[in-house]
Amino acid sequence: MPGKTLYDKVWDAHIVNQQEDGTVLLYIDRHLVHEVTSPQAFEGLQIAGRKPWRTGSMLAVADHNVPTQGRDQGIADPVSRLQVETLDANCATFGVTEFRMNDLRQGIVHVIGPEQGATLPGMTVVCGDSHTSTHGAFGALAFGIGTSEVEHVMATQTILQKKAKNMLVSVDGQVGPGVTAKDIVLAVIGRIGTAGGNGCTIEFGGDAIRALSMEGRMTVCNMSIEAGARAGMIGVDQTTVDYLKERPFAPRGEMFAQAEAAWLDLKSDADAHFDEVVHIDAASIEPQVTWGTSPEMVTGVGGAVPDPVSLEQAKVEGARRALEYMDLEPATPMKDIKLDRVFIGSCTNSRIEDLRAAAAVIGDRRVADSVKQAMVVPGSGLVKLQAEEEGLDKIFINAGFEWRDPGCSMCLAMNADRLEAGERCASTSNRNFEGRQGQGGRTHLVSPAMAAAAALAGHFVDVRTF
Amino acid sequence: MRAFTRLQGIAVPLMRSNIDTDAIIPKQFLKSIKRSGFGKNLFDDWRYLDTGEPGQDVSERQPDPEFVLNQGRYRGAEVLLAGENFGCGSSREHAVWALDDYGIRAVIAPDFADIFHNNSFKSGLLPIRLEKTIVEQLAKECETSEGYQLSIDLEAQTVTTPGGEVFAFEVDAFRKDCLLNGLDDIELTLQQRTRIKDYESRRRESAPWLFSVPQLEPDAGEQ
Repeated sequence: MPGKTLYDKVWDAHIVNQQEDGTVLLYIDRHLVHEVTSPQAFEGLQIAGRKPWRTGSMLAVADHNVPTQGRDQGIADPVSRLQVETLDANCATFGVTEFRMNDLRQGIVHVIGPEQGATLPGMTVVCGDSHTSTHGAFGALAFGIGTSEVEHVMATQTILQKKAKNMLVSVDGQVGPGVTAKDIVLAVIGRIGTAGGNGCTIEFGGDAIRALSMEGRMTVCNMSIEAGARAGMIGVDQTTVDYLKERPFAPRGEMFAQAEAAWLDLKSDADAHFDEVVHIDAASIEPQVTWGTSPEMVTGVGGAVPDPVSLEQAKVEGARRALEYMDLEPATPMKDIKLDRVFIGSCTNSRIEDLRAAAAVIGDRRVADSVKQAMVVPGSGLVKLQAEEEGLDKIFINAGFEWRDPGCSMCLAMNADRLEAGERCASTSNRNFEGRQGQGGRTHLVSPAMAAAAALAGHFVDVRTF
Repeated sequence: MRAFTRLQGIAVPLMRSNIDTDAIIPKQFLKSIKRSGFGKNLFDDWRYLDTGEPGQDVSERQPDPEFVLNQGRYRGAEVLLAGENFGCGSSREHAVWALDDYGIRAVIAPDFADIFHNNSFKSGLLPIRLEKTIVEQLAKECETSEGYQLSIDLEAQTVTTPGGEVFAFEVDAFRKDCLLNGLDDIELTLQQRTRIKDYESRRRESAPWLFSVPQLEPDAGEQ
């Protein structure tokens, strides 16, 4: 009998019951909650007269609708305000721990979970948000769910699911200088496609993944959903364990030692079977820039916008449509693409390491005059505080960036931060879909270092030689 | 949940690949704390020429006449034909609610994104996977024949064309049963209460750190 993958191990440890058709009742350890996908679930509980099964498993925060400036004046948009107030009221009613908007610990749900130690190795983690895959960086099985499932988890602490296939993406060797976790994951999506991981849980392995910090690993797992995977996972090692020490929700003292011993076993066995295996040569990855309206429409910064007819038949029509929306001509060098705005933030790239990388590129240079707005939105109040202690805020502000309060912000433009129609943005977020950052807005996904460099130059540049 | 057994309805083709949930229901409409009322904003960016905002009077908006749902021949459509990887992107169940509220009861595509596929079954929308060549054939027939209707039989797991051609599709036995009978799966799961509690007791022994709750100061670190 072959060994087990990491996914097999975590899955097996959470089976409450298995039906004949393979549907499993899976126990959920951690339930993260935000304001957009929870109100109807709380309402459902109330209507049915049910209570949450285990409120201690829940942690709530408002992140999508919160303003990133002027918070002392509350939320101006009444519809957004009602949604945030509804979360506050539901958490108070049901006794759910919530970090409210003006709490220093508030931030993007996928930043604060790990930051608080609420995400632990071997856990099952769910949230009504597709980027829940982020938490797989800790050797957890973490995936996004819809609102009906949010209600199901609240009421029963379980979820009904069939097991996905095992896929291994091995990033072999080491990346060159200036190439980051974001570039790795965009290159992976470019290779396997936006549906390449459909029906699979992807484990990321290989030396280039092992070499990443926890922040980098979170960036990689965050975007596994952009490859269509149910979840992304990375095996536990000393980097994982070291990150978790002294976090508020993590175990302490003797219990930490006990947990650590169990955690270090959370990796795939050497003889584990994967249904699919993809190898990528890390050294071949250059800084990535997307050119279209799907994350798979990506190329190296030294490349050019492709001619749709050069693509495989099934992708031609989509690429044509994308170029029309993006207002780009085939063969345009990526470096010739000029930008109106730059956004550094989102659950993909708003952690301290991301801000350090962007600040390191900036130094004492200034944002190009042609760029209308460049903004930095830290992932949490604690990230913001840490950055300020390191003086990063000064570097950004002196360069002409706006230094904002934490939230999802212009990643999806549910608050006031958005692109106007026709505007072009270098963004460290995760989706370049039509209208994602504002109706008619055009998004190019890049790493924080590449976004910072683009802000200074006014167009894309190769951060390695900038 | 509303049951799904049989359906005969007008089909509408939207044969793009990777139709994401941001396109199905744009973010500004997710601010609603209700489950209903999303249908008028289904595919909002594609369906209207003006900018959509919550609370607008739809009768005063400018529909894009080019968009399929705005064409009279597809009025009252209940079956959506779509390209590969339908429903990718965000986990928003609002996408399913918008399709449902508009009147779409089934989506036929070569494949679906995982979360969207799960969400559909929870709200009584049937996602049907058929071979890409078959979906393309249905879309073509639909375009050439006004009033084209498809018949779907969940019990028999078949899609039948007006010409009598029958295509079989796969569906999980458990999900099929829930849909056919309109079962509330929370109630079903709660019937396994003892099993869940037994599992919890075992886990509390073997991995107690999963159940520890920190003593947080509620007002710690106010900004």
